[in-house]
Amino acid sequence: MSTLTIHATGPLALVQDLGRPGLAHLGVSPSGAADRAAHRLANRLVGNPESAATVETSLGGLVVSVDTVTWVAVAGAPTEVLLNTTPTASHTAIVLSPGDRLRITAPRTGLRSYLAVRGGLQVTPVLGSRSTDVLSGLGPAPLTGGQRLLVGTPTAALPDADRAPARPPSTVLEVTEGPRLDWFVPSAWSRLLDQVWTATAELNRVAVRLQGPALARLSDAELGSEGLVRGAVQVPASGQPLVFLSDHPVTGGYPVIAVLTERSADDAAQLRPGAQVRFRR
Amino acid sequence: MTRRLLDYGAGAVLLECADLAEALSLLSVVRGAVDPVTEIVPGARTLLLRLSGPLTPTDRQTLLTVEGKPVHPTPGEAITLRARYDGADLHEVARLTGLSVEGVVRAHTGQTWTVAFCGFAPGFAYLRGEHNALSVPRRPTPRTAVPTGSVGLAGPWSGVYPRRGPGGWQLIGRTETVLWDLDADPPALLQPGQQLHFVES
Repeated sequence: MSTLTIHATGPLALVQDLGRPGLAHLGVSPSGAADRAAHRLANRLVGNPESAATVETSLGGLVVSVDTVTWVAVAGAPTEVLLNTTPTASHTAIVLSPGDRLRITAPRTGLRSYLAVRGGLQVTPVLGSRSTDVLSGLGPAPLTGGQRLLVGTPTAALPDADRAPARPPSTVLEVTEGPRLDWFVPSAWSRLLDQVWTATAELNRVAVRLQGPALARLSDAELGSEGLVRGAVQVPASGQPLVFLSDHPVTGGYPVIAVLTERSADDAAQLRPGAQVRFRR
Repeated sequence: MTRRLLDYGAGAVLLECADLAEALSLLSVVRGAVDPVTEIVPGARTLLLRLSGPLTPTDRQTLLTVEGKPVHPTPGEAITLRARYDGADLHEVARLTGLSVEGVVRAHTGQTWTVAFCGFAPGFAYLRGEHNALSVPRRPTPRTAVPTGSVGLAGPWSGVYPRRGPGGWQLIGRTETVLWDLDADPPALLQPGQQLHFVES
């Protein structure tokens, strides 16, 4: 088996796969890669099953090396990838040889990138997944410099296409009406769609908190706790909406006014503090 | 009141029921009756249904009309949780309930709590008491970090945060009891139907 060595992690580097769905009865969130499309694409580029574990980096800074010749790929936010000192490409399969260093730099736009290694990262699964859930702490600890990760054996051929177009993440998030839209004053929906919202610095894998004019509710009545989904736009009593990402709690007691499409939930995972966000029906 | 089906994006739907009892009575029934349902997440009076595909009109009609099967929890021995009543919102809860601080503690320790359902976080159980003396609203803005073991109140519920993390409930105390342990089987201490008491330590 070969080994991936982590030389630097940047602000945050986590192991992610497609998560641990189906455990709500234990109070366990589905978790998994925040930008699921980017994680999947990175895996496909190196001939991995989409469920293979990758490294999810936030704001780049990840530096890795391998001990045998290995295919890797980086997908997600538009970013410069360096092979030793030479710029190489993201969204394509790259060969790393022993002695090479691969660096994912901080992205120009967007937040998260996914490093897939052919064979997948073989950390010990917890409750059936290798994902780090930052809300519950389940799964591997955040990666640290000097750490070595085992890489598995490839199970399929490399794809014929070795390069994919990098779609820049959008700050226009597509939504449908949420289950509790009728908890809000009639003008709240158009306010949600008309306003430009600012992503605050408090964002993480649990949620992106937005700042803007308050979305008012019809009454102060308490909403009972109810199930949440990734992409739910929830409004606490403060009136400031938040968008749930992969590590969302299983249930929540504030009304959900809108729900993102799957694709927009991936885009929401690319929002950085200060991003100017709009919602579109 | 009649049930309602509330759309929740392409991958889920929320079934709103009359109350908690009706929601729980539908758990075993819905699973077999409606094809695209892959997971059911109960709430205070709802079932969130995760879907692998769209619901047919017949599916929708089934969800709105099917008869539930009442659930009878099996009370074993009641668990005792020791708690220090020194939470950040203890005085605010006293103000909101009209009780003294001692009165809040007595009301919390003086009733039997029952686990209605689990959710929110690993090992987190929604506890239903015997009366509404401690019914308080959530905090206007959730905290980003609630201490491990915090005992909280929100609406008709009490609960204990098994781990440090975000939370919007009013905090009245703290317990050292471990509610979530991956090496235990099951990993969660509190399961639906379990009865418990709090004792001031």
